[in-house]
Amino acid sequence: MRDRPLNAIVAVVVFAAMMVGASIELQAMRDRMYPPRPLDEDSLYIQSGPMLRRLTVAYNALAADLYWIRAIQYYGDGKRRLASHARVPDPPPMIAAATSDAYSLLYPLLDLTTSLDPRFNIAYRFGAVFLAEAYPSGPGRPDLAVKLLEKGLAERPDKWEYMEDIGFVHYWYDHDYRAAAEWFRKASLAPGAPWWLQSLAATTLAQGGDRQSSRVMWEAILQSSEVGWQRQDAERRLLQLRALDQIDDYQKIVDDYASRAGAPATDWAPIIRARSWPGTPADPSLTPYVLTGGRVTVAQSSPLWPLPDEPQRADSRPPS
Amino acid sequence: MKATAWIAINVFRESVRDKVLYNLVFFAILLIAASYLIGQLTAGQDVKIIKDLGLAATSIFGLFIAVFIGIGLVSKEVERRSVYSLLAKPIHRYQLLIGKYCGLVLTLVVNISIMAAALYVVLAYMSWGVSPAAARIWDAPALDPALLKAASLLLAELSIVTAIALFFSTFSTPMLSAAMTFGLYIVGHFTNDLRNFADLVDSPAAARLARGLSWALPNLAQFDVRADVVHGVPVAFGYMGLACLYAAVYVAMLLAISVLVFSRRDFK
Repeated sequence: MRDRPLNAIVAVVVFAAMMVGASIELQAMRDRMYPPRPLDEDSLYIQSGPMLRRLTVAYNALAADLYWIRAIQYYGDGKRRLASHARVPDPPPMIAAATSDAYSLLYPLLDLTTSLDPRFNIAYRFGAVFLAEAYPSGPGRPDLAVKLLEKGLAERPDKWEYMEDIGFVHYWYDHDYRAAAEWFRKASLAPGAPWWLQSLAATTLAQGGDRQSSRVMWEAILQSSEVGWQRQDAERRLLQLRALDQIDDYQKIVDDYASRAGAPATDWAPIIRARSWPGTPADPSLTPYVLTGGRVTVAQSSPLWPLPDEPQRADSRPPS
Repeated sequence: MKATAWIAINVFRESVRDKVLYNLVFFAILLIAASYLIGQLTAGQDVKIIKDLGLAATSIFGLFIAVFIGIGLVSKEVERRSVYSLLAKPIHRYQLLIGKYCGLVLTLVVNISIMAAALYVVLAYMSWGVSPAAARIWDAPALDPALLKAASLLLAELSIVTAIALFFSTFSTPMLSAAMTFGLYIVGHFTNDLRNFADLVDSPAAARLARGLSWALPNLAQFDVRADVVHGVPVAFGYMGLACLYAAVYVAMLLAISVLVFSRRDFK
């Protein structure tokens, strides 16, 4: 008698499990037969920080976390989407940045995140890195990166890390070494700032843009950073600087070959034969270098692509 | 006093037996555990997000417990007609009301304690084996005792919400009581805006009304120190003491009015 209800329960559980399995298979079949269109559009219905603060009542910090996760995913998706379209040669970075809307929602998302939680340290710091990154790795908007960091600085005026980051944005992306040195100097005066910021300010002013000084700076970041993501970025930057050194060496060889052959090299094959190299020279990430129009460069498939612009030497006069 | 304590204990027992209550605690713990997964998506901000999510879950589930059990404290007794047998016993109406209030606050204390303990367990798990260098990017330590300050002020806030729910429960239907309690909860987080509103309007009468309401309505925003605690901003004990004292005064006022309404209510 007691077996009857038990049997009924088992039968219902088995039936429900079968139906769940069938529904999963049907969804998979539908997706195979009628592939869903990729979701290209992203939208942000509310762009006002104060309005969102009111709408989220007592849960501002939680909403800030959700917007932060959304910003990271938005940035990552944009980067991945552009990388998958990287077959076509891209326009120069700043032109592309001015016309591309691939990252148009990045700043609004970061602005909302930091309006909801004005002390969200990482949202300012990482957000600035995302914004400043040159197209197609980022929107190439150092102006917005500085704006975001200045917003953080208005909230916490003693935060030397934000001043240091503004200095880095001016250094790496604007190549404005005087402004960078001034921000490093300001940062060095903030309470708790590390001693090396003062020497960084002096070095930037004297040798800004020099590849060696860039190397010293990234090594300092690599040594001092406590964030895994930032350390990986510093390692990548150091590899890019190594690639620039290697490209200079290979370029000399290619130029030398061209002057002897009387025509620019169009591919590596004759140079490899002439120099008895085992194969195509590779960058520090082990991706072969590309030779186009007689110029050596990293391949678009390389994790080091695009290489940073080679900055000009700084004016060594002190800031007025 | 003894009668009030017995009623409180019985309310607590009834709440603990209530399946809805178990579900809420279960979901709160589940949410805190799920925060571990969300933490993986956040570029090194897992501890901050787990704290935010854990404290928000504690607040939301605590709010639901306070409102949905609070509104039924009196109305359920009236609906079931058990209020007649209760009032036939040698207890005063105020004892019944205060006992019910204390029982629900006791339930909230136990629930918030369980949720806080679960949050600490998740944070302990997350911070296990993290090097001191990696932990330096956190604004506050993972197992920060200051989280208890946020939980304590949350309890003070919910004690006011419970008193509001109980107050509405003495004369209104459960549905209407829930709507009005949630409404006051939201308004309670905007009393500072209401105060500023007085500076924006031209009419002196409207300005006076807005200012008066901003002082009279429960100021619940002062109990929200979650963001400060998560970012390692110190919350002074003096501030906590004043906020708790405010909660006690406001609860006393609400209970006094509730007792007045309940004592004059005719159950025939």
